[in-house]
Amino acid sequence: MADDKKMAEAYWQANLRLIAGCLVVWALASYGFGILLRPMLSGISVGGTDLGFWFAQQGSILTFIALIFFYAWRMNQLDNKYGVHEE
Amino acid sequence: MSQFAINLIFVGASFALYIGIAIWARAGSTRDFYVAGGGVHPVMNGMATAADWMSAASFISMAGLIAAGGYANSTFLMGWTGGYVLLAMLLAPYLRKFGKFTVPDFIGDRFYSSGARLVAVACLIIASVTYVIGQMTGAGVAFSRFLEVDSSTGLMIAAVVVFLYAVLGGMKGITYTQVAQYVVLIIAYTIPAVFISLQLTGNPIPALGLFSEHTESGMPLLAKLDMVVRDLGFTDYTADVSNKLNMVLFTLSLMIGTAGLPHVIIRFFTVPKVADARWSAGWALVFIALLYLTAPAVASMARLNLLNTIYPAGPTADAIQYDERPNWIQTWEQTGLIKFEDKNGDGRIQMYKESPAFAATAESRGWKGNELTVNNDILVLANPEIANLPGWVIGLIAAGGLAAALSTAAGLLLAISSAVSHDLIKGSINPQISEKNELLAARISMAVAIVVATYLGMNPPGFAAQVVALAFGIAAASIFPALMMGIFSKRINNKGVICGMLAGLISTLVYIFLYLGWFFIPGTNSMSNTPDNWILGISPLSFGAIGAVINFAVAFAVSAVTEEPPESIQELVESVRYPRGAGTAVDH
Repeated sequence: MADDKKMAEAYWQANLRLIAGCLVVWALASYGFGILLRPMLSGISVGGTDLGFWFAQQGSILTFIALIFFYAWRMNQLDNKYGVHEE
Repeated sequence: MSQFAINLIFVGASFALYIGIAIWARAGSTRDFYVAGGGVHPVMNGMATAADWMSAASFISMAGLIAAGGYANSTFLMGWTGGYVLLAMLLAPYLRKFGKFTVPDFIGDRFYSSGARLVAVACLIIASVTYVIGQMTGAGVAFSRFLEVDSSTGLMIAAVVVFLYAVLGGMKGITYTQVAQYVVLIIAYTIPAVFISLQLTGNPIPALGLFSEHTESGMPLLAKLDMVVRDLGFTDYTADVSNKLNMVLFTLSLMIGTAGLPHVIIRFFTVPKVADARWSAGWALVFIALLYLTAPAVASMARLNLLNTIYPAGPTADAIQYDERPNWIQTWEQTGLIKFEDKNGDGRIQMYKESPAFAATAESRGWKGNELTVNNDILVLANPEIANLPGWVIGLIAAGGLAAALSTAAGLLLAISSAVSHDLIKGSINPQISEKNELLAARISMAVAIVVATYLGMNPPGFAAQVVALAFGIAAASIFPALMMGIFSKRINNKGVICGMLAGLISTLVYIFLYLGWFFIPGTNSMSNTPDNWILGISPLSFGAIGAVINFAVAFAVSAVTEEPPESIQELVESVRYPRGAGTAVDH
């Protein structure tokens, strides 16, 4: 039981670290490249405009999709590793 | 065949399909009615979630908003998709593990308080009812334009169809009709976009066409569009925004509002396993992205097409004669959504931006003011006509717009009726109610909700446009923080969460009312709603994110000075964090 509890706690910490990492990328693609850092990226041109515009209208959405699938895949691994997966 | 007959065939066929599904997927138990039996495949649920989420606002209005605002309105694209990342990581899997039927169920149990449950029910009902009004009016517009019935008759037809599959089938009927509606709406949105992208850039994929060369001029499409709008005094389409704080907060409000909308969250209660809830959020976003990646292309291409129609020889040459205007302008003029006034009496349609900087140019060209006003909402609906596409594409758009409005309306109505029958009647008024009677109560409250929504759709309150902001503000400032704290903190207690929810809700409402009128009564606003008056430049529509911060802060502060939650609640929080032992959604 004590071991179970330790494993479960370690699983939750691993999940929190994974979420934190994913949310950094989430914020960087939208609030970062798409909005706040756009002036810095204005030198990189993409089809008649700049990279920041692309991130705001396309790149952020594609990043979000990749993030969710990465998270779902990684969590399945963690579920198994820490033995908390569903039967 | 007349355009009317074509539209009738497309809309009629799609409605027949929805009714057929309703008869096939009847609900036999409360589990069927609330969570579709809990056995929906994650990909299927993703598709249903996409239709549930993409409303008349996404289908009809969003491209028009982006066309008008350019880069500045990218907020809608990021805000209405980024929320799914939060859902997938912060809410959906844990709420699925908790395994109950509704959102207030979780708040009531986790915070061991019927008061918290009632506050959650109130937030849910306000957010969902305001949202559903927009769907019903959207359906009314589509009916009146394409089927030449007046919008009240159109609304009645829509209400009867929704009634059939939502009341009979509950979540089960809604899930499978939403899958069909997703297919209809995505085809309807994509086909005209592909045609237009081919015409303008030669690239069949609109999302790539957006960044390709404009065939006619040999310039990149966006550079060409920037040039045309600049010649008419408008801000560059791709121009950067100076008030970045407001842009960030608005996007954040839309994201956390999306994650906190109950009709979206309950869709994740229908999948078999916790892991499925995570995958399903990913699939939902894939299906949503098919429309959201296309929308910005539709926006820029439609704006270019529109200006090319008005100025066939380029923006610096003469505009088109009013007598020679294309048919689609004539048809939309009848709806009042396009208006023309020949201010300088030259018989031509001048469309430009009136501004001090452009006044001299306008003067020298003999222009006496902008003569054409085009409502943002018609852009997607008129798109096939602007690009001269065949009649069947127009019929498809009609069916697609209705699918978007009806699928969202049904999801919202289910969230409302389950809050009433499950949380109010079973949870508070009569806990001893039998399964059979609860199912009956759910059907009756669904029917009442449809009648109310239809009535409000026919007599939309004057504030219809503002209330969508209200729905997002409420979801962002009250529901999302309460759910997140319930999962990620063991320390937040009943007093903390109630104070937090009320503080978030009230501060958001007050900030909105300050600028949009107290209780939306026109003329009662305390300050005029212009960027100069906004505190720190924060628009009332962006305040949901601040409301959420206030909610978190108050909940932590109050919990810190009051007692810890009981042991059993801390164990409940533990248990939602681990997938093991999820089982299917169960009743109390």
